[in-house]
Amino acid sequence: MEKMLEIRWHGRGGQGTVTAAKVFADACLSGGNYVQAFPEYGPERSGAPLRAYNRVSSKELRMHCPVLKPGIVVIADATLLDGVNVTDGAVDNAAFIVNSSKDPKEIREKLKAKPTQKVFTVDATKIAIECFGRPMPNSPLVGSLSKISSVVSLQQALDDVQKSFGKKFSQKIIDGNLEAVRRGYEEVKEG
Amino acid sequence: MGKVVAVTGNEAVAEALRQVNPDVCAAYPITPQTDMMQRFGSFVNNGKVKTEIILTESEHSSMSACVGASAAGGRVITATSSQGLALMFEILFIASGTRLPIIMPVVNRALSAPLNIHGDHSDAMGARDAGWIQLWSENTQEAYDNTIQAFRIAEHPDIRLPAMVCLDGFIISHSIERIEYLDDNEVSNFVGEYKPVNPMLDIEHPVSYGPLILPDYYMEFRKAHDAVMSKVSKVVLDVAKDFEKISGRKYGLFETYRLEDADIGIVILNSAAGTTKDVIDEFREKGIKAGLLKPRLYRPFPYKEIGEALKHLKAVCVLDRADAFGASHGPLYIDIASSLYPYEKRPILINKIYGLGGRDYMPGHAELVLNELVEIAKTGKINVVKEYIGVRE
Repeated sequence: MEKMLEIRWHGRGGQGTVTAAKVFADACLSGGNYVQAFPEYGPERSGAPLRAYNRVSSKELRMHCPVLKPGIVVIADATLLDGVNVTDGAVDNAAFIVNSSKDPKEIREKLKAKPTQKVFTVDATKIAIECFGRPMPNSPLVGSLSKISSVVSLQQALDDVQKSFGKKFSQKIIDGNLEAVRRGYEEVKEG
Repeated sequence: MGKVVAVTGNEAVAEALRQVNPDVCAAYPITPQTDMMQRFGSFVNNGKVKTEIILTESEHSSMSACVGASAAGGRVITATSSQGLALMFEILFIASGTRLPIIMPVVNRALSAPLNIHGDHSDAMGARDAGWIQLWSENTQEAYDNTIQAFRIAEHPDIRLPAMVCLDGFIISHSIERIEYLDDNEVSNFVGEYKPVNPMLDIEHPVSYGPLILPDYYMEFRKAHDAVMSKVSKVVLDVAKDFEKISGRKYGLFETYRLEDADIGIVILNSAAGTTKDVIDEFREKGIKAGLLKPRLYRPFPYKEIGEALKHLKAVCVLDRADAFGASHGPLYIDIASSLYPYEKRPILINKIYGLGGRDYMPGHAELVLNELVEIAKTGKINVVKEYIGVRE
């Protein structure tokens, strides 16, 4: 990586957004990068809008503050598009990854993204339900983000999900999440 | 060569404590305690350490239990944060006055009221004159490294004082960063076996701890404590040299960043120093000679060395993440001003209070301060000496 990549996640409490940021940071680490993953701290309330951040760089990361100018914005819950300014501060060539069943062109209009910015959608909730039976969009989104950021390979993301989930969950849940990461990687589409 | 991991500050410090494998840990297990002690508790429960853990009903009790265990002859740890440190206040002086080398990571968080447990230095600043050693840490790596070094410093036969290792609440304690762990055997060899001095459990040599000292001798104890404090700097540097041999990472009494040829400078503690360094690089690219000084050993404060390092500057801003109420200046400012007072030619000094109760410190704040310093260096005029920044009017 030549330059620092800054990512902002928008999600709701309980969706696994913070975990997704952690898993992604861990996957980037295996590529030899410096990484950060941290949520915006506040009262942790299920369903409340929250933000989390990643920084990834080949150089030491000294900055210890929220990301203001994200290069990638991941929106784990499309209902946030109505209430939260998710494009705030996004750089001119930023990419947005939105968890939605809608066509990326429709989401692009809703976001009022600049022509230089890219908009992607992935139906992460559907993938999650099909893969492991719960509406937790984090694993598919890690897959989509791995593809769009090109910082980590699909295999690195898979290895890391295996590692982070391996301690806590049954093989069935792990396999479901691995499949979800793979599908998130493959099914993300640009509009 | 140890392992590279992405972990939170709390995980990293808990890992350092596991590697040291202390005899006793007495901790209060509920907020404002952080998950650092929860993680260490898992090591105890899973048999990863031989530590006996005592979960107390308050921080006052946890520090009291630490005093007892340390006087008994054990290597003792605890951890706390915010109100917890405030509640320990009475016993902090007993630990230091009794010369017990207890190690205590402090996750720096705000004090009530109003109730707030976000990043802020008010807790540790309130305890800065309690006779403890204080090491402050910019990031997760430094918090881990300082924790390991703290044992060698505190337990050094010339010192025998308790030590706090400070790290920023949430910003470091709960955020994930890449760090390098040392191998278990490297850490245990580095800290060595604990050698108690006059342990109470040595029944062949009975000793008394905590006796009444009347005016005829109390002051001599205080003078001795002061004299010990003056030896800490040398030990900190010696330990840092040894630590560099196993880690490759250099530590001093403080860190300077692009300061040697600087005209203007910022003095700042902990995580905000990192953010400031990035902004200093931007100013340097514009041809502005800016630099930074970040204290590491905050107690005892290396007045002489810091004064020497700052005296050539034209203008300096000290940023405090705590206020010392009294319509005066922040605690770090007061120390920096003292360190510069002996010099006839010294920089113009200003003070900003920032980041209280978890308020974000952004690059824009550092830019604002550096721009003001550029003006001051040019004109010699100060607008206002002390000011809150990043705050609503």
